[in-house]
Amino acid sequence: MPTVSKVIEEKIQFSTPEPIIQLENVSVSYRLPTERIGTFKEYAIRKLQRKIRLEKFWALTDVSLQVNRGEVFGLIGNNGAGKSTMLKVISKVLKPTKGRVVVYGRIAPLLELGAGFHPELSGRENVFLNGALLGYSRSEMESVFDEIVEFSELEQFIDSPIRTYSSGMFARLGFAVATAHVPEVLILDEILSVGDEAFQRKCNIRMKSFQQAGTTVLMVSHALDMLEGMCNRIAWIDHGKTQKIGEPQEVIAAYRGENL
Amino acid sequence: MTQLASTSKPVYDSASYRVSAISELKELGKYRYLLGQLIRRDILTRYKRSVLGVAWTMLNPLGTMLILTFVFSNFFKSNVPHYPVYILSGLLVWNFFSQGTNAAISGLVWGGSLLKRIYIPSSVFGVSAIGTALVNLVLSLVPLVIVMLVDGAPFFLSMLFLPISILLLTAFTLGFGLFISSLAVFFPDVAEMYQVLLTAWMYLTPIIYPESLISARWLPVYKINPMYWMVKMFRLPVFEGRIPTWQEFLPAFAWAIGMLVVGWIYFTSKTEEYAYRV
Repeated sequence: MPTVSKVIEEKIQFSTPEPIIQLENVSVSYRLPTERIGTFKEYAIRKLQRKIRLEKFWALTDVSLQVNRGEVFGLIGNNGAGKSTMLKVISKVLKPTKGRVVVYGRIAPLLELGAGFHPELSGRENVFLNGALLGYSRSEMESVFDEIVEFSELEQFIDSPIRTYSSGMFARLGFAVATAHVPEVLILDEILSVGDEAFQRKCNIRMKSFQQAGTTVLMVSHALDMLEGMCNRIAWIDHGKTQKIGEPQEVIAAYRGENL
Repeated sequence: MTQLASTSKPVYDSASYRVSAISELKELGKYRYLLGQLIRRDILTRYKRSVLGVAWTMLNPLGTMLILTFVFSNFFKSNVPHYPVYILSGLLVWNFFSQGTNAAISGLVWGGSLLKRIYIPSSVFGVSAIGTALVNLVLSLVPLVIVMLVDGAPFFLSMLFLPISILLLTAFTLGFGLFISSLAVFFPDVAEMYQVLLTAWMYLTPIIYPESLISARWLPVYKINPMYWMVKMFRLPVFEGRIPTWQEFLPAFAWAIGMLVVGWIYFTSKTEEYAYRV
């Protein structure tokens, strides 16, 4: 009997790829921070002078790509290239200025670990608060609570206020909450370098089990070697445009060639 | 690990995604657990490190009332019997309004850092701010009752009208809180300006002074103030022992519903821009 992972592997290789995320000619523009108008007075004056120039900064221009179900898809590029903006557009945080984004699955974003934690509340209380921020219900959080505590190795500290936690404990709990449920699409923004080596191993095992369950993973990182080992495909973004999409080895080589 | 079922219907399509007054309401319904968690967090953390804890919610208005009574009772004592009850019944209304709207502003600014990273219906911060204020308001009815007992003020059957008063006040405060917090996202100065506005607004509302002090010439002007009517909805049943007449009820009702609808529509019409701005 073939193992489950074997079956999925074959399915991915031999069935026609089924899209789960589609970007069609997506562009996103921000107004430059210097253009922010702080006061009514300023606003009124500029309005009168017709000086409210909408100086736009295009974080993404005309990006089209498709991520298939079950894929581990990596995004690489220099700082400010538009990687995080792309994740935001996909996870419904930003509506694209132009173009269209379609997602065929529930997205679980990995919140920057611990963002939304309150220092005065206990670990236990923060688990439920953080879960609620990620859109889970009470019963959904109760069913995974014990597993979260076990995975984050915080049994003794779960009822202490989070302000007493070390940064490692903080990050472990954040990771455990965000990955407590098997998501259809998991978004990772430069956060797989959490905790000590033993915990990193645990994280990797969890990521692998997600893949086996069919989770699509979209990850941004500067750790190119890690990406090469984990991803099925990689897109290289530069100045808001896709430079190259394809096999991890090829794309990373091209990116390195450009940046050395 | 369970195998994930594949779905062919899009969960999210930016082309058909528009935040409207109705869609935001539905999203808020889906995130009701978060709403409860945020209210819980605000109440727990506010007093977590103080010895008397939640008791401060009750002691705070009591202290303010004592100070105001001490300072002002010489001025107004002759015209207002049970002056402490008079002050406290108005002060509870005002505290709810100013705390609720301020918390709505800071809630949206705090939530902004999250709104930039993950999807959350942005109204959840304003609504939970008013929810927290509502819990505090109900708790502070306890000191009101205590003061009434101590002062020997009569208890009226008309106090059963209070839930309706609270409902109107909550609707008005929520609408105004959403409106002002949305404005504060686009103009950071609004948060500061609002503090000055609140002080002026409080003195223009008969809270510490009796209504009889307002000259007949100016009374029509005072009646433009929606908080005049909100305070009245509390004072009449608690202090004067009667439920409002239709002429008194309708302005309060119109302000409450009107502000809620306008605030909600304005807030949701700007929702798609928050992640770009906050």
